Amino acid sequence: MTGKSIITIKGVKEGLVFQLDDQCDFVELLDELSAKLDKHGQQFNGPIVHIFIKLGARQLSEEDKERLKAILRKQGNLLVQSIESDPPEADPDAKPAAHLHTMTGIIRSGQTVEYEGHLLLIGDVNPGGTIRCSGDVYVLGALRGSVHAGTQGNAEAIIAASLMRPTQLRIADIISRPPDEWASAEPWMEYAFLNEGKMSIDKLSGLGRHRKEVMLFKGV
Amino acid sequence: MGEAIVVTSGKGGVGKTTTSANLGTALAILGQKVCMIDTDIGLRNLDVVMGLENRIVYDLIDVAEGRCRVNQALIKDKRFDELYLLPAAQTKDKNDISPDQVRQIVESLKPDFDYIIIDCPAGIEQGFRNAIAGASQAIIVTTPENAAVRDADRVIGLLEKSNFPSPKLVINRIRPGLVRSGDMLEVDDICQVLAIDLIGIVPDDESVIKASNSGEPTVMNVNSRAALAYRNIARRILGETVPLSHLDEKSGMFSKVKKFLGMG
Repeated sequence: MTGKSIITIKGVKEGLVFQLDDQCDFVELLDELSAKLDKHGQQFNGPIVHIFIKLGARQLSEEDKERLKAILRKQGNLLVQSIESDPPEADPDAKPAAHLHTMTGIIRSGQTVEYEGHLLLIGDVNPGGTIRCSGDVYVLGALRGSVHAGTQGNAEAIIAASLMRPTQLRIADIISRPPDEWASAEPWMEYAFLNEGKMSIDKLSGLGRHRKEVMLFKGV
Repeated sequence: MGEAIVVTSGKGGVGKTTTSANLGTALAILGQKVCMIDTDIGLRNLDVVMGLENRIVYDLIDVAEGRCRVNQALIKDKRFDELYLLPAAQTKDKNDISPDQVRQIVESLKPDFDYIIIDCPAGIEQGFRNAIAGASQAIIVTTPENAAVRDADRVIGLLEKSNFPSPKLVINRIRPGLVRSGDMLEVDDICQVLAIDLIGIVPDDESVIKASNSGEPTVMNVNSRAALAYRNIARRILGETVPLSHLDEKSGMFSKVKKFLGMG
């Protein structure tokens, strides 16, 4: 690989920005960095230069960051100010699932809805009606039919409903038939999820704890 | 121009033909010009329930295949001013007529009638497609059983796909005693699942069986509770606001006293 494509050095007002390629091997990157510094060693002599390292999409452990800093420290006048990665994106496989699609209407007996991603249905699923969805399924209404969430094997998918009275639920490749395996007669909203490979039901208010998602609130 | 209403259910034996016969008759009693069409080819029953079986000369297939004019095939019910029946053929089957042919026949009848009641066969195949072809409004008949409600739901889905914006629901053969004891589906539960407008509740009534065997629609019997229900449905079709009658209305003096004493 040619050197210039994986490390780009730009001068800014505050100092130098090292833009490191995020696709290549990390060891290759370190070698290239050493080579580059050796080659242009004399240019980096003189007064202290502040260095800002941008890693792109690459995520580094503290250990690897230290290795990176060690190389730069060899040049006496380079002072690493920051090592930054782009905020982590959802991995590309999950990308279509990140979108929540909203749908309105009643899914009646004999009707099937298939969707790639997360689905919000405003309406009921009647007995004999089916939703198949690669992501989560949220039913703002009565779920009396069957739902298959995480059709492509996503065991993290959940099924939530205002009224949970399904004929059958499936998440990934787990099939469960209420009321043999679990019964729900609760008047509150519930969701189904896989807990160690078994279908479980919990109050919808428990979903936040289950997901461990950080919520940002405005104000204090 | 008349309005064509198809009476359908999906499941068999829930009372499509009885409902067709009684609604047609009730509308005729209320002074409307009514034509009933039996599309259950091969298993025709509407003529039997109406007591007009022995007067059939031509049938729906004869009209479709051009062996007669539609007016020749219509049987006039002499008990009423303006009630006609277009019977189905008994020797052919559902595939011997196409939805387009039915649509043409219904269209040709519309200028002469106020209401055209189309009796649909059970199932969702060709017979069903034939029956709904000419109609612009649908009445779904169901009974308080899970199987019937499932099939009704399926049919509502198919109708919505075929541009029937708001089918109406008739719940047939309700037995108030069983509903009260929790052994029969409740009207509210059925309506919640099907989510369409309820246009009538017909109580289970032995006089209906008697009536269909004698070829006199129940609705002609003023003492029958089912008759009152059918008349009310007919009035609702005409646009009147008739409150849904309470099922346990059969309160004689005795039960009123019991109720008063807190025993009922």
